[in-house]
Amino acid sequence: MLPPRFEYHRPSSLDEALSLLDTYGEDTKILAGGQSLIPLMKLRLASPGHLVDVNRIPALDTIEEHDGALHIGALIRHEQLATSDVIAARYPTIAAAAPMIADPLVRNVGTIGGSLTHADPSGDLGSVMLALGASVVLRRTGGGRVVPIGEYLVDTFQTSIAPNELLTEVRVPSPSADAGGTYLKLERKVGDFATVGTAVFLSFDDGHIARAGIGLTSVGLTNIDASDAAASLVGAAPDDDAFANAAALASRAASPATDVRGSAEYKRHVVDVFVRRGLARAAEMAGRR
Amino acid sequence: MEITFTVNGVERTADVEPRMLMVHLIRDVVGLTGTHVGCDTTSCGACTVLVDGIPVKSCAQFGVQADGRDITTVEGLQTNGSLHPVQEAFKQEHGLQCGFCTPGMMLVAAALLEKNADPTEDDVRWAISGNICRCTGYMNIVKAVRAAAAAKAGAPTTGATA
Repeated sequence: MLPPRFEYHRPSSLDEALSLLDTYGEDTKILAGGQSLIPLMKLRLASPGHLVDVNRIPALDTIEEHDGALHIGALIRHEQLATSDVIAARYPTIAAAAPMIADPLVRNVGTIGGSLTHADPSGDLGSVMLALGASVVLRRTGGGRVVPIGEYLVDTFQTSIAPNELLTEVRVPSPSADAGGTYLKLERKVGDFATVGTAVFLSFDDGHIARAGIGLTSVGLTNIDASDAAASLVGAAPDDDAFANAAALASRAASPATDVRGSAEYKRHVVDVFVRRGLARAAEMAGRR
Repeated sequence: MEITFTVNGVERTADVEPRMLMVHLIRDVVGLTGTHVGCDTTSCGACTVLVDGIPVKSCAQFGVQADGRDITTVEGLQTNGSLHPVQEAFKQEHGLQCGFCTPGMMLVAAALLEKNADPTEDDVRWAISGNICRCTGYMNIVKAVRAAAAAKAGAPTTGATA
């Protein structure tokens, strides 16, 4: 299948890329990993007049922890998330999700910036970033802004990015030493989209839960921030009752559709089970159970 | 757009339309048809090639992205007429039935062995999980990859790097 015709641009610097977006923004898609974009173009679900290939822009492919946050460059591939030492050591929710994204060949190419900007409610990283309270850095010529992930993912395949902006970095707050998290995913087979995915994060202060985050995959029009469920945990002890209550609230926050992967009722039940299980695992990691 | 790239060690130049997929650049422009088009929807891995040593689906890359890159296709696994240990092992262990997925399977296997010289069965199954064999002949594929690892360990001087 040949995609529709487009004009190809390959900037070698960030400034050049942003200037191309100033000129062609409305009719442009960013080509990063292309693992969703290229199939969509083949199916004529996307027909941009211009593609800006950002793969050769330097300095978008680093993972660094400083100033109280993990700074993940937009071009970091899923395989790099899965094999990063700092992520394995301190960001278990990301470490659990990364090896479950798509399949190994897609993980070699697909990027974190592309995945979040594609804004597929079946995407795993959106839920992870909601649970972790992450933000994205959007750059434009002469400026930029930092947007909380919950305000970035506005609808199915839709973000709050402007046509002249480029996502350059994902910023994840560094957890205290007393924290844990994980990602659980039910999928029919490797490479299929999630039937249900749940991302959780917990941090503790003096034996009680100080901060909690819960993100849900494939059970609504966007990745869902189960904020009521998370809020119910703050100040609580990490016991079965608190986790069951939070899981029930998360299940209520989900609005799954019945499809080939399962009925809405089934998916809601899986959210309940996975959130409970994930929270227990997160508490264990933090040495609190 | 004019691009310069290397395929199996040979530098090439081509003038290609940006929308041409990498798999068609390899098959139709370079003329190497060992790289197969299977699903054409980024699901099956039959079109796998190595770009700078990393396995990717060439149906989900544009040919222009090959500019300046080093591509290895299944034809590049052998060196000077000697089969790569992975090819030899697929032959010995009958790691194929119809053969359609085999080029992708062998390239993924070759890349795996570069990173992990002694993969467990789980490691192998994990590595090939993006490549579909519709004959469902996975048992012998897994055996072949492990046999290739053993052969490489026994004779470290033979075999090309992928």
